[in-house]
Amino acid sequence: MTVPIPPAGQPVPSGLDRAVEESLLDDAPVVGRRGNTVRTLKRLGRKPGFVLALVLIVFVVLTAFVPSWFTGFDPTATSPKDRLLSPSLTHPFGTDDLGRDLWTRMLHGSALTIKATLIALSIAIVAGLTLGVVSGFFGGLVDVVLMRFVDVLLAVPSLLFALAIVTALGFGTVPVAIAVGVGIVPGFARTTRAEVLRVKTLPYVEAARAGGASWLRVLVRHVLPNSWGPVLVLAVLDTGVAIIAIASLSFLGFGAAPPAAEWGTLISNGRNFLITAPWVSLLPGLFVGAVVLSLNHLSKTLQELGR
Amino acid sequence: MSRYILGRAAQAVVVLWAAYTLTFVVLYLLPSDPVALQLGAAGIETDKLSPVQLQAAMAKYGLDRPVLEQYLSSLWGALHGDLGTSIAKQRPVTALLGERIGSTVALGAVAGVLMLVGGTVLAYLASYVRWRPARILLTRLPSVGASFPQFFIGLLLIQLFAFTLGWLPATGSDGFSSLILPALTISLLTSSLLAQVLMRSFDDTLSQAYIVTARAKGLSRAAVQWKHAFRNAALPAMTILGVIVGLTVTSAIVVETVFARNGVGKLAQESVVAQDVPVVLAIVALAAAVFVVVNLVVDLLYPLLDPRIVHVPKVSR
Repeated sequence: MTVPIPPAGQPVPSGLDRAVEESLLDDAPVVGRRGNTVRTLKRLGRKPGFVLALVLIVFVVLTAFVPSWFTGFDPTATSPKDRLLSPSLTHPFGTDDLGRDLWTRMLHGSALTIKATLIALSIAIVAGLTLGVVSGFFGGLVDVVLMRFVDVLLAVPSLLFALAIVTALGFGTVPVAIAVGVGIVPGFARTTRAEVLRVKTLPYVEAARAGGASWLRVLVRHVLPNSWGPVLVLAVLDTGVAIIAIASLSFLGFGAAPPAAEWGTLISNGRNFLITAPWVSLLPGLFVGAVVLSLNHLSKTLQELGR
Repeated sequence: MSRYILGRAAQAVVVLWAAYTLTFVVLYLLPSDPVALQLGAAGIETDKLSPVQLQAAMAKYGLDRPVLEQYLSSLWGALHGDLGTSIAKQRPVTALLGERIGSTVALGAVAGVLMLVGGTVLAYLASYVRWRPARILLTRLPSVGASFPQFFIGLLLIQLFAFTLGWLPATGSDGFSSLILPALTISLLTSSLLAQVLMRSFDDTLSQAYIVTARAKGLSRAAVQWKHAFRNAALPAMTILGVIVGLTVTSAIVVETVFARNGVGKLAQESVVAQDVPVVLAIVALAAAVFVVVNLVVDLLYPLLDPRIVHVPKVSR
């Protein structure tokens, strides 16, 4: 490596000079990574669909932690005289067959549904990332063996494999979450692998290796941070997939035991009153659809951003 | 070519075997107490039995043997068309499946036809229409359709067509009229998947040079899309046929439960509720077999339909 020699008569920039220069730079418009983030956020803020979807998701997450902020009712308090009331200002989603406020039950159901979704996603991300990174980074025989395993997982339709897991583990929120999580592992593994394979061949990875960085350092510092973009997009999309799968499994009767109710159970409970009180099923269903649609939209916007 | 076919078929057999084994491991090794789980399905409570009675009950269902032996005999049986005996129903699993499979196949077939029509028409229109609002609406429609839980769509259709309009029966499995709503429910999901793939495929095809040539020689847009683009755009959609069949099978579980139809899907749901392990294993293996076979057929047919695809041996000698 050659260091340019400053021409005679000109002082070599000292550390102090450089510090001054750099502090001057700080006053300039924000550039670099932070500037990019600010600009991206501004661009996203101008998309009404994105903002609306984000607001709904934030609202749902909030209701999972503090449902009492948004309702004054008790989710389990029955009131025989208020059976199957249609939606009104006091009961935005109406009441169910035991006179419980459906909006309140929906909000309290968020906690269970979101807990299950988070468990499912963490399983998928941890297992999928590990499989994908190991497979893509090491290649060779390891790659072949792991990817054939993923192929086998893909050969069993995920809901059916989930049923097998639920049969083995028993019913409840946690087994359902595990079953759904295992079902979305293959997608994560494949996406991560593809990204790792792509990043692995880039010049800066080669440079880092040539510069003497260990493979672990290259993996953690260079490959992982640059391959998580598409994985994030998939994670947002799969959150929606997981919500639907969890709702379907609790609809089939494998979820939490009553009176606790996930969203799927709430929709399912209303089907006995479809003729007399259709809202008991339909409003929670529309709510779930809106949440999943928002997640799909967020994921799509993020994907377009990554291009 | 024949080497390719043999290799591909062998691969399918291995995947199927691995899927069977994986499901067996989940069902027989994952539970903390597989014996109690399986005897529970027969209505026997293991804690209330004396050791002698427990031994007798285990021997009756073959649970006293080592797991490896159970696995080998179950695999041997499956290869010979014997899928074991349902513990809850005390009947051979093949007989149970035989009774129910007709209804599910009919459902899947009707759903398949609806999917083909719905998905193709939607994608065709979405790539033909030039008026922006309509185009955006058509391209967004599939992702909206896929955002709602299927059982909810089923309930919605029952509410609309059975209770409000009174056109079709809400539940049951008698006659063709009871098949329409469940098939429609399944096809709404599968056709949105098909439409998404077709739309992307149309985009790719319509941007190719031969399309420009066809337009340049004076053909109308409609003629170009119908005569030149459609068949080429439809080809890639074949590759997701396996996924669509898998989706139809899993949809059948939910949809048959919603519409109270006596098919394999309902049997799967009942068996999980009863924790009837042999039946669950058989249904999962059957679904995996269908998926693997469909993918195999698609892989082998594709080069015949699209001669541009040539199979080059992967390992060079």
